[in-house]
Amino acid sequence: MSKLTLKTEGETHIVGSRHFAASPEAVYRAHTDPKIIQLWLLGPDGWTMPVCLCDAKTGGMFRYEWRNGKGEGFHVTGEFLELEPFRRIVHVSRMFLPDRTPDNHQVTTFEADGEGTLMTLRMTLPDSKTRDAMLATGMERGMEASYARLEGMMPVSAHLA
Amino acid sequence: MQDALNLDTAFAALADPTRRAILSRLSTGEATVMELAEPFRISQPAVSQHLKVLEEAGLVVRRIEGTKRPRRLAKHGIEAMDRWLETLRKALETNYDRLDAVLAEMDQPNRTGGKEE
Repeated sequence: MSKLTLKTEGETHIVGSRHFAASPEAVYRAHTDPKIIQLWLLGPDGWTMPVCLCDAKTGGMFRYEWRNGKGEGFHVTGEFLELEPFRRIVHVSRMFLPDRTPDNHQVTTFEADGEGTLMTLRMTLPDSKTRDAMLATGMERGMEASYARLEGMMPVSAHLA
Repeated sequence: MQDALNLDTAFAALADPTRRAILSRLSTGEATVMELAEPFRISQPAVSQHLKVLEEAGLVVRRIEGTKRPRRLAKHGIEAMDRWLETLRKALETNYDRLDAVLAEMDQPNRTGGKEE
């Protein structure tokens, strides 16, 4: 089973790829069907996603809420910009920790690869304007260390649908 | 204990996208606050605040040259970037390992029924 590879590309991109032993159709569905998303998009052990709303159509919105059972949680909202069934998803999303984090723009593609699927993702970190707006809110108030760490651990796993 | 603290500080420092971008910029060479602020179109005080966090985490060091204080990436900074990426990779991989199992379940009915391609 091939594992995820991940690398930075320039200053603002992270690209990754991962092989799955299932058809592109199945892998795509796992990223767009809320009932399936809820089963795996969970991050570290102990976290669950009690709220999973996903309207997988162009312009559709999604909202995921995670809880760790110890009173901590956060959520993500996002919009689908483009959807090409079983081949490609373009979406933008952001986390609320509870302060809003900068938008993450992501292109996910699914290609047949032997018996399975090669999924590639290309994340674009926020532009300078967004970062500037974030500075005005986040920096002054100072982020809780636990949240900062959580963001470091979870950011993209939380954005991946 | 000290190592754990440093790791936490480094992670917190790297959790911010602007700070990661500053580190990426410094990986191409030394830069002053003004030079760092320019491409990001954020104020110099804001950049200075980010640099302070990065310096406290031991990721960035400064040098004195007349009135200038050019910053460069500390060796620890490069390692921390790699570690941040690896942590992110592991977080994602946890999800994908789980997805492997979910996909195996989803495919069951198709496999026995002979899936059309």
